[in-house]
Amino acid sequence: MDTGGIARFARARRDFMRNKLLYLMLIPATAYVLVFSYIPMGGLVIAFKNYNYQAGIWGSAWVGFQNFRFLFLSNKLWFLTRNTLLYNLTFITIGMLLEVSFAIMINELGSKYFKKFFQSFMFLPYFISWVVVAAILQVVFGYEVGLLNNFIEAMGGERFNIYSSAKYWPFLLVLFRVWKSTGYGSIIYLATITGIDQELFDAASIDGANIWQKTRYITFPCLTQTMIIMFLLALGQAFRGDFGMFFQLIGSNAQVLETTDILDLFIYRALASTADIGMASAAGLYQSVLCFVTIMVVNGVIKKTRPDYSLF
Amino acid sequence: MSEWTVKTKRGIAQRDKIAFNAMGYMLVAIFGLMCVMPFYVILVASFTSEGSLMRNGYSLFITEFSVEAYKLAVRSPIRIFWAYRNTICVTVIGTSISVLISTMTGYVLQRKDFGARNVFSFFFFFTTLFNGGLVPWYILCVRYLGFKNNYLALLMPLMFSVWNMIIAKSYMTSIPFEITESAKVDGANDVRVFFQLILPLCKPLIATLGLFAALAYWNDWFNSMLFITKEEKMSLQYFLQQMINSMQALRQMVSMGANISITGTLPLETMKMAMTVVATGPIVLLYPFVQKYFVKGLTIGAVKG
Repeated sequence: MDTGGIARFARARRDFMRNKLLYLMLIPATAYVLVFSYIPMGGLVIAFKNYNYQAGIWGSAWVGFQNFRFLFLSNKLWFLTRNTLLYNLTFITIGMLLEVSFAIMINELGSKYFKKFFQSFMFLPYFISWVVVAAILQVVFGYEVGLLNNFIEAMGGERFNIYSSAKYWPFLLVLFRVWKSTGYGSIIYLATITGIDQELFDAASIDGANIWQKTRYITFPCLTQTMIIMFLLALGQAFRGDFGMFFQLIGSNAQVLETTDILDLFIYRALASTADIGMASAAGLYQSVLCFVTIMVVNGVIKKTRPDYSLF
Repeated sequence: MSEWTVKTKRGIAQRDKIAFNAMGYMLVAIFGLMCVMPFYVILVASFTSEGSLMRNGYSLFITEFSVEAYKLAVRSPIRIFWAYRNTICVTVIGTSISVLISTMTGYVLQRKDFGARNVFSFFFFFTTLFNGGLVPWYILCVRYLGFKNNYLALLMPLMFSVWNMIIAKSYMTSIPFEITESAKVDGANDVRVFFQLILPLCKPLIATLGLFAALAYWNDWFNSMLFITKEEKMSLQYFLQQMINSMQALRQMVSMGANISITGTLPLETMKMAMTVVATGPIVLLYPFVQKYFVKGLTIGAVKG
């Protein structure tokens, strides 16, 4: 045991002497990750403290699990967790469905010109910030002058105000999420499709397979691995909402929070009010643990059943 | 199978192909137009007079041409200049550093002769599985690193991403190790091998990572919101958000009947659109030029890390 340790140490030392420059090249990234990722992990101790700005992280008093007790007793935690998870699962499934469908359709398009043109259109939303998307939301769905309301009124209908009725929002959020990321996401699948051996399709054609059969039995199975990897990557963040989108589209509009409030908004509000920093950080720890457990369990199961599909 | 059945089967396959393509053209066209339409409407609205916009609402055509909104939007050009200056500087500096660190780290981590490869890979990868969350990170930045109203607050948080490093690593795995090996036999050291031999082979990778980083910097408002209170240090997107919010508040006051004589004449709605055009324009204009690399680069990203 001890000699094994010594041997390992000697090996590490030899490696260090030989690859000094490689270690040097690793310094910037290592330092960055240490400071901005690992130190905040240590900073999670404030979830167990009554944080006080003057005293700092170390000077603040320990309060045990009090922050967690407040968090769990606030009655909101289950609601927020459910919202966060359901929104993410909806984004993943609908997003993936559209991305894969569009990738398959774009691949079959004959006209190169059309393909290029419309593909660039589909990318465009990926390039803008959620601030601009929020402006677009008002242009399309705004109450007084929005495109949709103008159209509805011209058709003889009633104008509706999305900013005061919570029921429209799950739909709107999914719509804008899909709008922004489908063009970008479909490229990844398109790349996989282009990599499929063309002989498979030719052989299937000779055997009389039609386009639906080729899609179902050749294209789709070839995409499964990419789909599972994308799904797992998204699942690792399943309890972390897209703060940028929710914050910019909803902001502080309390009237629609009953259908749109997520953990990330809750944490931000607690941080901004500065009174609940301990609880905000307890919620952050709760969120991180949920994500970590989810990805470890799911990846573990996949590794047991289908090893080549696992993430790590 | 008789010749006849083969022919019919081919005929059916052909017909299905046409149906499939018709559907494909239609859906792609609809979705593509949905993606580009809002940009067009915003552009049109920014050149429409406020009165006409308020009467007729947003539309696909300019009903009453006016550049009033732009005139007002650039009436205090110094504020827009600050926002532009900050965002451009941070984007250029941040993107260069980000690309350099990601590629350098990725290169080292895929070197087969580097003994601590797995230890360091795990060290980086673990941060994608677990993190401390917003609060400790925020306290670290404000209380211990002094990010409040500091340009570092716009630069540092987006400077390194483990995902970009993983993309770099998987791309470089496809470069033959013999290049490194033979160069080292000839007496070149690791730093020289990386800069003079490996980096020139990574142009698509550099373009991709550069684009990812540039987009992240250009579209950043979050760090300004958290750390910046002085207007001359805000990023462009956050400045835009502030403008839109204040105009929204003004309009609400107008519709509630407050002081109509002053604010009622301001082209608030069209000015909002003009500001959006000003803040989004450069990145959209840049788009056709980088698109080629973008597609190629995403293909790189698709290769699993």
